Amino acid sequence: MRVRAQIGMVLNLDKCIGCHTCSVTCKNVWTSRDGVEYAWFNNVESKPGTGYPTDWENQKRWNGGWERTSSGKLQPKQGGKWRILANLFGNPDLPEIDDYYEPFDFDYDHLKSAPEVKAFPTARPRSKITGERMEKITKGPNWEEILGGEFEKRSEDYNFEGIQKEIYGEYENTFMMYLPRLCEHCLNPACAASCPSGAIYKREEDGIVLIDQEKCRGWRMCVSGCPYKKVYYNWSTGKSEKCTLCYPRIESGNPTVCSETCVGRIRYLGVMLYDADKIEEAAAETNERELYDAQLGVFLDPNDPEVIKAAEADGIPQDWIKAAQNSPVWKMAMDWKVAFPLHPEYRTLPMVWYIPPLSPIQNAAEAGAIGTDGAMPDVRNLRIPVRYLANMLTAGHEAPVVTALERMLAMRAYMRSKTVEGVVDEGIAKRVGLSPQMIEDMYKIMALADYEDRFVIPTTHREQVEEAYDLRGGCGFTDGNGCSSGVSKGSLFGGSKKPLKMPQEVM
Amino acid sequence: MHNFFFGIFPYIALGVGIMGTIARYERDPFTWKSSSSQLLRTKQLRLGSILFHIGVIVIFLGHFVGLLTPIQVFDALGISHGAKQVLAVVAGGLAGVMALVGGGILFHRRWTDPRIRQTSSFWDIAILGMLLAQLVLGLGTIFASLGHLDGHEMVKFMSWAQGIFTFDGQAASYIQDVAFVFKLHLVLGLTIILVFPFTRLVHMLSAPVRYLWRPGYQVVRSRRQAPLPQRGK
Repeated sequence: MRVRAQIGMVLNLDKCIGCHTCSVTCKNVWTSRDGVEYAWFNNVESKPGTGYPTDWENQKRWNGGWERTSSGKLQPKQGGKWRILANLFGNPDLPEIDDYYEPFDFDYDHLKSAPEVKAFPTARPRSKITGERMEKITKGPNWEEILGGEFEKRSEDYNFEGIQKEIYGEYENTFMMYLPRLCEHCLNPACAASCPSGAIYKREEDGIVLIDQEKCRGWRMCVSGCPYKKVYYNWSTGKSEKCTLCYPRIESGNPTVCSETCVGRIRYLGVMLYDADKIEEAAAETNERELYDAQLGVFLDPNDPEVIKAAEADGIPQDWIKAAQNSPVWKMAMDWKVAFPLHPEYRTLPMVWYIPPLSPIQNAAEAGAIGTDGAMPDVRNLRIPVRYLANMLTAGHEAPVVTALERMLAMRAYMRSKTVEGVVDEGIAKRVGLSPQMIEDMYKIMALADYEDRFVIPTTHREQVEEAYDLRGGCGFTDGNGCSSGVSKGSLFGGSKKPLKMPQEVM
Repeated sequence: MHNFFFGIFPYIALGVGIMGTIARYERDPFTWKSSSSQLLRTKQLRLGSILFHIGVIVIFLGHFVGLLTPIQVFDALGISHGAKQVLAVVAGGLAGVMALVGGGILFHRRWTDPRIRQTSSFWDIAILGMLLAQLVLGLGTIFASLGHLDGHEMVKFMSWAQGIFTFDGQAASYIQDVAFVFKLHLVLGLTIILVFPFTRLVHMLSAPVRYLWRPGYQVVRSRRQAPLPQRGK
């Protein structure tokens, strides 16, 4: 057993209102620079839809993530090491910028500088790459917003696998949900595995996956290796970039920008302890549908004295163990089993988890069933097909998703009964395999969602590894370009940079 | 003049090339990259880039081995000078045509595609132009070589190149009487070495061969000063 700690995230899709505040604040902080105008470290997709970049979930097309070879070994789906090196000169699986969208801006200045003309002046779009006029914008970061576009195109959504999807194109049967996405900070990251330079690494102390901007050579194998398409190639600097889980904030105990600014309070951050020795075995699980359970098996119970002892021996600080015991992620993923990983079939063991959304009851007869006597409607009558959610969250295994949805319905019924009728109905809790106390906890964390309950983030222990005296007068966090925050011009080699002492590789 | 270009200029070029490369790697690692433009336009890139790179790598290794291996090694192996030259002409010719076609495709793409043109730096275009010119000159030397297939001209170049690296003051005189096209090829080649550290060519030094023996697939970094003790599973 090798205990490591990871900062995980849970997103409660049941409460996401699709306001895009997370995307916009993230963009303002991280990707408002040349070369990454098209990149959204965090984006929110309307589902069903093909997403951004188009059709990203379809690994038959993009070859992202891992595959289990016939000998039971894991290797990147785009190929083993020799294959990846052989594709260095031209990567056959790399998306083109048009698969995301061509970034554009508008000629706003024309609105005030236009001479007197007959027609009203307009602000026409211009490409941010070439600066040339774009006659028609055909794609954007959120092109399918609120089911935009015809169903036929959106129905190419990979999550319709195994579903008679035609009826969902009908107005009466249509359904919708939001899916905010960011880097999954996987336990078994395919991007790091695909990087020939070894520039992508996972941090031992908090599990954040980062790209060393000084070691990245722009071989672009990470972009195709990541099945979530959350590594972006900066065409201006020639380096890949990705979500950093706002590590400068996390290190000081603050939530990420997307979590902090989430108006629906759907995001949770907490510590998970895991056994690093079990990762390979779990990711190589034979049956795709068992991958969700296999990943649960990697996590370690922070209340188990054995685990605590091992964690201390592996150098995990006391306050991190304590944070793991109070982790909202542990509660939702392990105690209540209401949160799930996104596409476990990619075998990356992702660490951003999702609580599936409830949706209106499809069947009118059952619509009134909830609440009066605590009887629960069949979750299969919800508008969003269970299979659709299962394809997204458990590789098609419906049972865990059904349990989670029933537990969420039960929480509502129990609390309604308690607060409206003043009756504590223990039967409701028992029916879904929970205790009344657990339901009350669920209510406190998932429904009320206080700041302190959502974000349990221990600060990092830099004092153990760095001499603060040596850091005096330093420039703190930068974008890998000296003390400047952007791209500086004029140096002999096209940029300037102070050498930075990087953490060392351990395996 | 001849002595400057072939006796002194090689040292300037190698000096700037080597020192500049070290300086860039040391002081400005953020700029050390392949500068791929595949994301902006895949069209033309795969065919052009694969042809170009494979051709150039073969040519590069051919020149390296061919020029810097002492001629006594070939004599000891029983390879006649004529045979070595024929090998160089055939292999170099094929690889040269490959690289020229690939490079031509890449240059066309870089020059005509508005996305690539707009995002190219001066050196991105200049270095590709220089390499194409060098390929044309290099293929042009084949015609001069066909006039003397016994290999004695080739040995002159070997003596010159090895003379440069062994600080032989007479090196330039060995190639006093070779055809003009060879001299142009040499001067342009040295100029490419001269500008090497200021261009994207530096990415060739980062060819990620270590990937092949990097253990496993995962990379984990720690700030810990001392490694954790090993423990049974």
